[in-house]
Amino acid sequence: MWEYTDAVREHFLNPRNAGEMKDADAVGEVGSLACGDALKLFLKIQDGRIVDASFQTFGCASAIASSSALTEMIKGKSLEEALALTNRDIAEFLGGLPKEKMHCSVMGQEALEAAIRSYRGEPPRPHSHEGRLVCKCFGVTEEQIIKAIRENNLSTVEEVTNYTKAGGGCGDCLEEIKHILEDTLADKAMNGAGGSPLPPGMRDLRAPKTPPAAPLSNIQRMQRVMTVLDELIRPRLQQDGGDIELLDIDGKTVSVALKGMCGSCPSSRLTLEGFVQQTLQEQVEPGIMVREAAS
Amino acid sequence: MSKALVYLDNNATTGLAPEVLEAMLPFLKDQYGNPSSMYRFAGTAQEALNKARSQVAALLGAQPEEIVFTSCGTESDATAVYSALRARPEKKHFITTRVEHPAVLSLGQYLEKQGYTVTFLGVDNKGRISLDEFQRALNKETALVSMMYANNETGNIHPVEQVGALCREHGVPFHVDAVQAVGKIALNMAALPIDYLALSGHKLHAPKGIGALYVRRGAPFRPFLRGGHQERGRRAGTEAVPNVVALGAACALAAQHIEDENTTVRALRDELQKRLLAAIPESVVNGDPENRLPNTLNISFKYVEGEAILLMLDQLGICASSGSACTSGSLEPSHVLRAMGVPFTYAHGSIRFSLSRYTTRQEIDFVAESLPKVIDRLRAISPYRNLPDDAAPGDCAACSCSCSNG
Repeated sequence: MWEYTDAVREHFLNPRNAGEMKDADAVGEVGSLACGDALKLFLKIQDGRIVDASFQTFGCASAIASSSALTEMIKGKSLEEALALTNRDIAEFLGGLPKEKMHCSVMGQEALEAAIRSYRGEPPRPHSHEGRLVCKCFGVTEEQIIKAIRENNLSTVEEVTNYTKAGGGCGDCLEEIKHILEDTLADKAMNGAGGSPLPPGMRDLRAPKTPPAAPLSNIQRMQRVMTVLDELIRPRLQQDGGDIELLDIDGKTVSVALKGMCGSCPSSRLTLEGFVQQTLQEQVEPGIMVREAAS
Repeated sequence: MSKALVYLDNNATTGLAPEVLEAMLPFLKDQYGNPSSMYRFAGTAQEALNKARSQVAALLGAQPEEIVFTSCGTESDATAVYSALRARPEKKHFITTRVEHPAVLSLGQYLEKQGYTVTFLGVDNKGRISLDEFQRALNKETALVSMMYANNETGNIHPVEQVGALCREHGVPFHVDAVQAVGKIALNMAALPIDYLALSGHKLHAPKGIGALYVRRGAPFRPFLRGGHQERGRRAGTEAVPNVVALGAACALAAQHIEDENTTVRALRDELQKRLLAAIPESVVNGDPENRLPNTLNISFKYVEGEAILLMLDQLGICASSGSACTSGSLEPSHVLRAMGVPFTYAHGSIRFSLSRYTTRQEIDFVAESLPKVIDRLRAISPYRNLPDDAAPGDCAACSCSCSNG
């Protein structure tokens, strides 16, 4: 049994500002079904100020409570003020989160940042699959780990896992996290605790900018498949009154369900093999196989 | 109603049966003698131990001298595994499954580090092991096979009779973790090809802190705890007389009620399953509905997360458990559901209800009425569940149409 504060319980049981905002000026999305939590944040912005906020969250009680708290905290704030919020502020607003659940507050902060960046027309922060991946189970990059260490004064590998999930799956990357932690702490000691951005060139020392075309990890493949489905495949099918739903990804096999007109269309097999599978093979990985899930 | 506790987590632990409490109380009060002592006062305790041993043996269809009392199911499992392995130290292959309880799974992982080759048998999407795969895994080096009788998360019943027969053929000892099965389905050790069988008191309305291990007469045995001569030298340490008496009483009660488990309890579980599947779209049952403990229902709801469901149910006084990552203390969803290949879209939203013979129809009604509202509420705030209002009905119709075609 997790020990949640009264504030967490209250925001979980009676979440504030829950639901989609149809006329949002900015939307920020983080997480995925695979990871077990995801947050979609909607903002209404007038004159550089957040006048309204709402959220949709898939996740545990602390994920829902963190989302609810976040929307309450940012309403009325200027974008600059909102961007200054850290995940610790969210956790403190809730009277604290169990340490294993700190990643829920990180998710809130990341969604906020993503929403504001998209509003300003800035490119989204590099997607996790584009940075140097450290934790393959949860798709956590070196950059995310360093940020969490700096902003939360983390000092142990276990804390890094609690805040970012990195290392919480197979555990293969724990040794690497330890090195990143040591380097970041040493760097912080040299440059003061101000949480300054990474010194230029530091990343280059450790990781080449263009890594060799390594085989995709499951999480990378999953994220790319989802992006391609949402951005290329679904809009095309929706034009014809159909749709497709991603059910599972097992290795290179992608299970989907065809919906709407596609479901009853006699040429659905053609759609699957000729269009969906081909697009995924071109955009993600040559070996991708698509199959329609029989349910 | 909403104030009362609706306890549907009997695979985690069970409430003490009133008759069991009654039976053990004297040994917590006046009858505190040590069964090993010589005076008549201690003789009462010794007689109580004997009676309890017979009661446990009777439930299993075993002989009283084949029963060793332990402190819990985990100790029983460890005792059996180490007994078998130490009896044949030259053999370094251990076979178990990917869906075992940590009591055995962790032992397997530990043995791997100790130089054993360990085969973790996989399961199909209903959680069933393959006898073919098992047969291929068996070899001359195999020192022991350990398989659970029934899975704690899904309730799946494994084919221990066939597995045991194959073990016999190859002369390999066979241990069964039957912690979830004992008291819920009838067992007859006289007929089953099983050498060791572990059970735990608190899963069948006895208190926590008592377990037993069945050791077939003639099966190799090495004590796990060394010390005094208790349990005929097979398990040192002064017997926990009140707990042993309680386990005996609980086994006697279970024997009386074994029929109810498979009629009344099964009917309530089936009804709960039927009503939830009907009321909640995009819900699926995990496991093998054809071959499952009568009290267990493992069901997944898409787009919502298990811990959130549990905490909302808790507000209503309903106790259940989940295979979601957030409830396990780790970040990965249940190893059992993942071994079965349950899609991640469903694994995070899995809930286990486990009934007992004390579960009432009113309780099932209450859960069947409450849970759909909880799921609705959580789906309403989930980003994965926001079909446009006008599209929703059409999509659903087309979906069910395409499903039935496929």
